[in-house]
Amino acid sequence: MIEFILRRTGAAVITLFLASIAVFLGVRALPGDPATVLAGESPTPQVVAAIRKQFGLDQPLPVQYLHYMGQALQGNLGSSTQDKAPVTQVLGERLPVTLELTFLAILVGVLVGVLAGIVSAVRRGTALDYAANGFGLFGLSVPHFWLGLLGIVVFSVHWHILPASGFVGLADDPVGNLERMVMPVLVLGLGLAAVVMRQTRSSLLSQLGADYVRTARSKGLSRGQQIRHALRNSLTTVTTVVGLQLAGLISGAVITEQIFVIPGFGKLIVDGVSSRNYPVIQGAVLVTVAGYVVINLLVDVAYAYLDPRLRMAGGSQ
Amino acid sequence: MNETAVDETGLAAGQAAGAEAAALGTGWRRSLHRLLGRRMAVIGAVMVVVFLGVALIGPYVAGSSTRLGLTDILAGPSGAHWLGTDDLGRDVVARICNGARVSLLAGVVSSALAMAVGVPVGLAAGYFRGWTDSVLMRINDVVLSFPYLIFAVGMAAILGPSLHNVIIALAVAEVPSVIRVVRGETLVLRQQDFVQAAVADGTRDLAIMWRSILPNMTNTLIVKATVAVPAGILGEAALSFLGLGVQPPQASWGVMLTSAQQFLAQDPLLAVFPGVAIALTTLGFNLLGDGLRDVLDPREL
Amino acid sequence: MPLLEVTDLRVQYRTEDGPVHAAKDVSFSLERGEILALVGESGCGKTATAMAVPRLLDGGNATIGGKVVLDGTELTRLPEKRMQDIRGKDISVVFQEPMTSLNPAYTIGKQIGEVIRRHTDMNRGQVRERVVELLELVGMPDARRRLGAYPHELSGGMRQRVMIATAVACDPKVLIADEPTTALDVTIQAAVLDIIRRLREELGTAVILITHDLGVVAEVADHVVVMYSGRHVEHAPTAALFDKPQHPYTLGLMDALPARAARRGGRRRLTEIPGMVPPPTTDPDACQFAPRCARADAGCTAKRPALSRVDDGHLVACYHPGPGGTA
Repeated sequence: MIEFILRRTGAAVITLFLASIAVFLGVRALPGDPATVLAGESPTPQVVAAIRKQFGLDQPLPVQYLHYMGQALQGNLGSSTQDKAPVTQVLGERLPVTLELTFLAILVGVLVGVLAGIVSAVRRGTALDYAANGFGLFGLSVPHFWLGLLGIVVFSVHWHILPASGFVGLADDPVGNLERMVMPVLVLGLGLAAVVMRQTRSSLLSQLGADYVRTARSKGLSRGQQIRHALRNSLTTVTTVVGLQLAGLISGAVITEQIFVIPGFGKLIVDGVSSRNYPVIQGAVLVTVAGYVVINLLVDVAYAYLDPRLRMAGGSQ
Repeated sequence: MNETAVDETGLAAGQAAGAEAAALGTGWRRSLHRLLGRRMAVIGAVMVVVFLGVALIGPYVAGSSTRLGLTDILAGPSGAHWLGTDDLGRDVVARICNGARVSLLAGVVSSALAMAVGVPVGLAAGYFRGWTDSVLMRINDVVLSFPYLIFAVGMAAILGPSLHNVIIALAVAEVPSVIRVVRGETLVLRQQDFVQAAVADGTRDLAIMWRSILPNMTNTLIVKATVAVPAGILGEAALSFLGLGVQPPQASWGVMLTSAQQFLAQDPLLAVFPGVAIALTTLGFNLLGDGLRDVLDPREL
Repeated sequence: MPLLEVTDLRVQYRTEDGPVHAAKDVSFSLERGEILALVGESGCGKTATAMAVPRLLDGGNATIGGKVVLDGTELTRLPEKRMQDIRGKDISVVFQEPMTSLNPAYTIGKQIGEVIRRHTDMNRGQVRERVVELLELVGMPDARRRLGAYPHELSGGMRQRVMIATAVACDPKVLIADEPTTALDVTIQAAVLDIIRRLREELGTAVILITHDLGVVAEVADHVVVMYSGRHVEHAPTAALFDKPQHPYTLGLMDALPARAARRGGRRRLTEIPGMVPPPTTDPDACQFAPRCARADAGCTAKRPALSRVDDGHLVACYHPGPGGTA
């Protein structure tokens, strides 16, 4: 287990390292010279050159990269070109918003998905199974941002039950916050729920047909106990699927934030591109990617915990 | 003595390949028959065919998707405009038809690109294993760690928003999962006797991958493609909705939803039709994909 | 009254290609402490027959006909809840694949203990002691330390011992062992057979042993039922069967035994029975072995031969029985 985690952590560090280079180069490839942008309204060549020197932009790329990463590891991601605020501060304001949105969406998606998947596998061929399958296909096929739009039409424009957009901090106004989070979370969680439901159903069905479930049956265990046996083994595949869905979920969060005008990371990145706020984009993308890699690492650890073959040996998956 | 042994394995490999080929021939007909026995899969196939028809023929029948109307603005469905008109008086049917063509293009081309890159890479990683595998999978992890939307945003920022860039971004997003599936299949197939026999026989690696391994994962690739196309369609709609893809006045389902967003209160129907079009199309592909998955029974996926 | 009496058992599977008749009109009985072997090629219906007794066949796809009476209780019509009380307690099973028959996610201690907790009122500590006792009974070295082991840490032979320990945990009246040695090394095979024999002697357990290996039969079985294509074609005490095999199919099986083949002509060659088993979707009124049988004549394909007595306790379904020339 320890060996497995260490190896996975090592792989994650390498991934992060390569990703940070990719982000760095990607941001450098964006059009427009950051020095020119920083120089303000009417830049003279002298001012631009001075800024270039000040920010080390005249150095070779590898040096710039090392410098940037060196600073980043000390918690300095530069400052926003718009209001000169430290990027870490900007990110710090936005991060909790996106974290809340994605965390709640994962919670809803996994809970609904696993439960619906179990019900439909256990009650295979019944009306419940068909309903769950219909839900799965629906969640898989319907574009989430469209559902968000329809949700606004129905719940905000017509019925005035839920606010259409805007955001208040969880600490400032918990009720108002959750009220505004209901639609975004459901919209974002639905797709995940659909995928998780389908995965849970198919892997539980295949595990229910496994030899060891027949053994459990031969011991006189009840149907419920047999299902528990199978479930433990099917959840391992469900955890991997959740991990694989994360990247899609982050993309979905960007769109959801756009529709519901939620001031999170997604909006920060999209707005940052249009205002050429490179330090902010770079920091935001870096943190997003890092978050993704770390969560996936946690998923791997959860997987290892669920599967004793990995937990004991360190495995060679 | 040694030579006869080699001969025998070669013969065995040849026979195995022949038997596989024969099984494939009858297997196809049987698979098609079983697929036609599944109601939901047939419904899905019909939906896909309708979508293809609309995308290929629709734009010629429905007329211009960008012709402005001066009198009928935000009009409801009528005899002249079956699904009404948008905020600039453009016919919604014509715009849906044009959007279908964009969706088809985005879904098919992005999947094809992803396959073109993912299949060789997955084959190489699964076949050679060792450090080739490690290096390729690490790179794969890096690509996977970039949410496709962030990649698309970056592409749009660097190269400007366009359908091309959206398709490339979607292809990049799809590649890692293609690699994962193909690699997994290759790892399994590599252990099979007919591949081992070919290896012992001294057949070149490329030839083994091309002739012995690839044909045996056709089923998996077919199912993968039927899942990748609707993912591409959904992705294009989302990116165009954000203004990163197809640009107005050209019509795409995502673009239509963007403009409908401003008129949610006055004319909610405008937001309904493109969404229904996306949902039905992806549903069709997903139903067909589920049917194919049951019938072809791929190991991975 | 015998412990277990199976009468005219029929097992049918629904499949995409139509109903499959896995077992047809099979009858046998089992006394306390008796070891009965069900023998035949794979696909002959021996597993379907045995698994129909505790109703462990594929859920919705299988139908069971006929009668299965255990100690006066008819099992085929029993509600599933009552059947669950019987499984693991009165009838238990050792499956063919020790590698996949244990749950990879649970320790073996938990998996053996589970059946004890299900059928007795023992507390945690008692269950634990009983599990250790069982593991020692089946010859698991260092039993107490193995309680926390996961299946993947054990060899195939050790896993099969765990399966047997689970099966005998509640002193069952009937133990069904489905090819318990097929997946194992030869040395471990002997050990497993030894355990089964000892259980019969020490606990008086009756055993239904499913196997295609006549060597195993000769070693442990009291009675033998030979099955072909879903029907039992010969039924005899083990000694009688080996001394005077009656059915041409039984003779064919015996010629496939290496030792016997060697003894016969002095040639070390195995004789295979020519031809193929008929498809299980059909059930014609004829001897189903006739197409592969050297003794077959027009009569064999006109009407199915009934089981008839040739000797004391020796039944055969053949118009031309006898230990003479082989098929």
